[in-house]
Amino acid sequence: MQAAFLVLEDGTVFPGRSVGTPGVVAGEACFTTAPAGYEQAVTDPSYARQVLAFAYPLVGNYGVDESLLESGRVWTEGVVMRRARLEWSAWLAARGVVALEEVDTRALVRRLREDGAMRCALGIATPAELHERALAQPHLDWPRMQAEPELASPSPALEACVREPFSVGAGPRVVVLDYGCKRSIVGRLAESGVEAVVVPGAWEAEQVLELDPAAVLVGNGPGDPAQLDGPIETVRELLGRVPLFGICLGHQLVGLALGLETFKLPFGHRGANHPVRVTGSSRVLVTVQNHGFAVAPGDAAEVSHVSLNDGTVEGLSGDDFTTLQFHPEAAPGPHDALPFFDEIAAACRSARTYAAS
Amino acid sequence: MPKRTDLRSILIVGSGPIRIGQGCEFDYAGVQACRVLRAEGYRVVLVNSNPATIMTDPEWADATYLEPLDLPTVAAIVERERPDALLPTLGGQTALNLAVELSEAGVLAEYGVELIGADLEAIRRAEDRQLFRETMQAAGLPVPASVIVTSLDQLDEIDLPAVVRPSFTLGGGGGGIARTQSELHRQVELGLRSSPISQVLVEPSLEGWQEFELELMADTAGNCVVVCSIENLDPVGVHTGDSWTVAPQQTLSDGELQRLRDAAFRCIRAVGVATGGANVQFAYEPETRELALIEMNPRVSRSSALASKATGFPIAKLAALLAVGYTLDELPNDITGASSAAFEPALDYVAVKAPRFDFGRFPGADAKLGTEMRAVGEALGLGRTFPEALLKALEGIEAGDALPVIPGLHPYFDAELESIRRAEDELAASGDVAAAKRFGLPDARIARLLGIGEREVRGRRGRPGRLAVDSCAGEFEARTPYYYFSYEAGDGDTTGAGAIVVLGSGTNRIGQGIEFDYCCVRAAQAFRRLGHEVVLVNSNPETVSTDYDTCERLYLEPVTLERVLDVVELERPLGVVVSLGGQTPLGLAAAFAAEGVPLLGDPLPAIEAAENRGRFAALLGELGLRAPEWTIATTTAEARAFAAELGYPVLVRPSYVIGGTGMRVARGPEELELAGPALVDRFLEGALELDVDILCDGNDGWVAAILEHVERAGVHSGDSACVVPAPSVSPALEAEIRALASRLAVGLGARGLLNVQLALHESRLYVLEANPRASRTVPFISKATGVPLVDHACRLLLGASLDELGLPERALPERAWAKEAIFPSERFAGAADRGIEMRSTGEVMASGATVVAAYRRALQAAGRARPRADVEPPLRREEEASLADALRSEAMALL
Repeated sequence: MQAAFLVLEDGTVFPGRSVGTPGVVAGEACFTTAPAGYEQAVTDPSYARQVLAFAYPLVGNYGVDESLLESGRVWTEGVVMRRARLEWSAWLAARGVVALEEVDTRALVRRLREDGAMRCALGIATPAELHERALAQPHLDWPRMQAEPELASPSPALEACVREPFSVGAGPRVVVLDYGCKRSIVGRLAESGVEAVVVPGAWEAEQVLELDPAAVLVGNGPGDPAQLDGPIETVRELLGRVPLFGICLGHQLVGLALGLETFKLPFGHRGANHPVRVTGSSRVLVTVQNHGFAVAPGDAAEVSHVSLNDGTVEGLSGDDFTTLQFHPEAAPGPHDALPFFDEIAAACRSARTYAAS
Repeated sequence: MPKRTDLRSILIVGSGPIRIGQGCEFDYAGVQACRVLRAEGYRVVLVNSNPATIMTDPEWADATYLEPLDLPTVAAIVERERPDALLPTLGGQTALNLAVELSEAGVLAEYGVELIGADLEAIRRAEDRQLFRETMQAAGLPVPASVIVTSLDQLDEIDLPAVVRPSFTLGGGGGGIARTQSELHRQVELGLRSSPISQVLVEPSLEGWQEFELELMADTAGNCVVVCSIENLDPVGVHTGDSWTVAPQQTLSDGELQRLRDAAFRCIRAVGVATGGANVQFAYEPETRELALIEMNPRVSRSSALASKATGFPIAKLAALLAVGYTLDELPNDITGASSAAFEPALDYVAVKAPRFDFGRFPGADAKLGTEMRAVGEALGLGRTFPEALLKALEGIEAGDALPVIPGLHPYFDAELESIRRAEDELAASGDVAAAKRFGLPDARIARLLGIGEREVRGRRGRPGRLAVDSCAGEFEARTPYYYFSYEAGDGDTTGAGAIVVLGSGTNRIGQGIEFDYCCVRAAQAFRRLGHEVVLVNSNPETVSTDYDTCERLYLEPVTLERVLDVVELERPLGVVVSLGGQTPLGLAAAFAAEGVPLLGDPLPAIEAAENRGRFAALLGELGLRAPEWTIATTTAEARAFAAELGYPVLVRPSYVIGGTGMRVARGPEELELAGPALVDRFLEGALELDVDILCDGNDGWVAAILEHVERAGVHSGDSACVVPAPSVSPALEAEIRALASRLAVGLGARGLLNVQLALHESRLYVLEANPRASRTVPFISKATGVPLVDHACRLLLGASLDELGLPERALPERAWAKEAIFPSERFAGAADRGIEMRSTGEVMASGATVVAAYRRALQAAGRARPRADVEPPLRREEEASLADALRSEAMALL
């Protein structure tokens, strides 16, 4: 275990100790406040190109529950912790993940909360080298990426998706547009009594409709939705032709397709304790969130859910679409919003003629 | 939904005396409830028999009844006050049981009182073992296969080992594990006796399974949140109150944690908890992933207080607001001010609770832990790592520095304990103090390991950061100044200098309980009224002093030299108050002074003069005051020689003790054996004992009250029943005592509160001891006389003179008052045998037109129908019977 550092693009240096693979990586620094479910978090494709800091200081306590992994690989660029259990850091190292412990993660959270999301680099190198590396990293949001064209890169969402379609479960068919969809979303769909057919996010609307779906779910994924022109167009073409559902990035894509705007949140919502009010009621769901962007409200859709923390849009609804900014599949986190999958299944059962039209 | 406007007045029932299983957590809960309900405009009527509570100070409720918590008394209060509603969920099992009784007796229906915060059916479904099991099974929730037993004839087909759980008892009272048929018989017999409905549940023992608890809040909109998950380090089989626990849980994967959460919600919905706090306890087998619901409480509990302090989420306050109709989404998160109360706290630290036991006081007590709670107190440690939090909790219970030995510990915790040993080895090898501090080793531990002084450790380390308990893991800015220390960068700027730091009393234990928390909280209020900022330091999670609403800044830290010096360096206070939190802060006074800490009221000379027996005797001699003859003996032979000269019996005690630890009376040479140096005093057989609390300004003393002990000399003052006014004290004697008090106060140079214990033996007055600090009787006397002693003491500490306080010539109670001690006799055989060593856990208070009437009522409040045979009621001055019972205190409502 060697001395290592995490350096933010503003030059802030956090000393730590390397407990993963030796090396240097860079990405956008973000933090989650969820206390458990670390193995689920790092395998969630929505964390692509991000360096994930755990606000809860003890990570790895219960080992790794392999049955809970959200994809076949670790997606976070790097992992930052206060105290990591040996078994867990060995698991990360075996997967080639650069990870630090002994970092003052509370100070890091505070800095990101106050100054907003920042690029960073971490690993066994001098702070100066890491700082340079952080600045050479593309921004994750489209406007700033455009401002530095020499660093620009395609959206990570299209890297994280499947290459070939596959299907899970039996029942009415739900096509899942994959931009890095979590396994548990597909699993929950199948459990709700539908056949989930996961297809590459780059597919066009006609390809999707050829599968004769009873509904389409636009899945979660990493990056800035505004960068995804193709998928936005696909969703626009699907609107009104099939019941549409969206989760996280999928919700944002539906919002953009409807003509709403998205914007980058100061430091994102990442955790398993975010209260969301169902519009027009006193009902509050404790939700799991992992997003750096949000949809701005507008006339094109009703806001079905609102964050009680900052009032941002957490869900949209209309005649033929229902979307959630948060993660109803949880994993990790509370199950308050699980009935969303039953809603999809119910919509499929009542929507056959509509889908066939 | 907004709050209900059809309710105007609400009756809150407290939990009565502190007992094992029902500590001062309900004072904290009650105080929070009173505060918010009054702020919402409701008239609050409060009944509680415990004088040491903060809630029974007149400021908290519109009408306060210090009365027995029994059906006839509370029914009479209902009849008189006609409250619209009864809120029974904040006074522990006692209040819940009373609510059931009031309802069953038809009292609530007769006076149209609505039960809020709980409904009767829900209470029954949660508390009646059989109903609970049926309810859980109907909801498809796993419960251990169990048998309801109401008679000893039903024991034949029970598999062993088995757990016996009596229905409707607190702290698992009367329960236990049976491994043999005869143990089963004995345990069930005891359980049937303990249960008010003569019912026990016998279930297969899940000994060795892991144990988890979830603290929940629910509202009428159907919202439910988990405030905190708690994991017991001790496996199932050890009462959760006796367990080391940690929050949040550490060893479940998220998948398993969510199984518990889902089951907990189904459980409280099946039971029918409509609003408020509740907790659900689980047993979990990690290999097979089997889960079993053990029990649920449809009310605020000891764990709720712990969860509130561990997370910053004010459960009792919100429970009260939800009971009057609010929903969670309408209420703000106090701590951030910005976000909503309808959320689940996220922690970025670890909270470890350590139990405190006092087995040493109960000779012959079985120190093996079981399903019946034995702990008398607890301490909370907050740290960024498990070792840091655990070691702080260990400091907090003041029971030595040995790491806990817990059979059946989960491998994760085993590894963490091992990491502490490894860190100690590394420290011993490297001498790297900074690394040891970041790991979490306390200064005292480092000093011991390196064989150096604490001052040197301090010199070789940096300073800790002050981190906020913010309920959101740093995601939002905390508005509420509730802090702990760790070796990380601190949150934000430190505050300006000049506050007053009040040191709390730490963990509850026999001899140092809630009465000192009363003094600290009262002082915080008084100093704030005087325009000062107040900082509190304490690590007892049950208390009002560790409620962040009590002061400007709260440090949840053990009251030790290290942590207090860290607070002082950060705060640069005007002064530190050591005299209101009992022996824990007082014992550190000299060490603080040596480090240059400004002690408010300059208490050190008086402390030293009173505690050093030689100096104290010399002072009494100078002042012409009498004390029992005494000597310091270092050997048995010396002690026996002294006793032979003086005559037996003699009193033997080690110096510097709390609550008489190690004190005994020797009636002959065969009983006089010394293990080390001890003080040997002449024992004044049959003497009458008096407790005198005095306010002093350095130049004079003012007697607040003279309390007469019901028991004769030989019973620890904390265990004696007391009455005021003292029936045996004639006007002449009173004048003598006043003169004595004044001389002693001046002689000691005491400032603030001084407690003097006197003995009246063969018509002569002896000074037994003087304590220049708040005593156990301060809350009782403040309530009996209506003189806010602590408030006055605060002004005196700040330099005021007695003249400036405008005190009356004499403080005369308008009625007679009595207090009686409560013993843990249901836990420890012989606990109620009063002796020289203190054994009571709490006390009750009651009033009457005469001292006899007051004493009788105190006995009633203590649950003793008749006076004990061994005690003569204090009938010695019948004229006291004419005490003006027509007089009514404005503050205290009286029946």
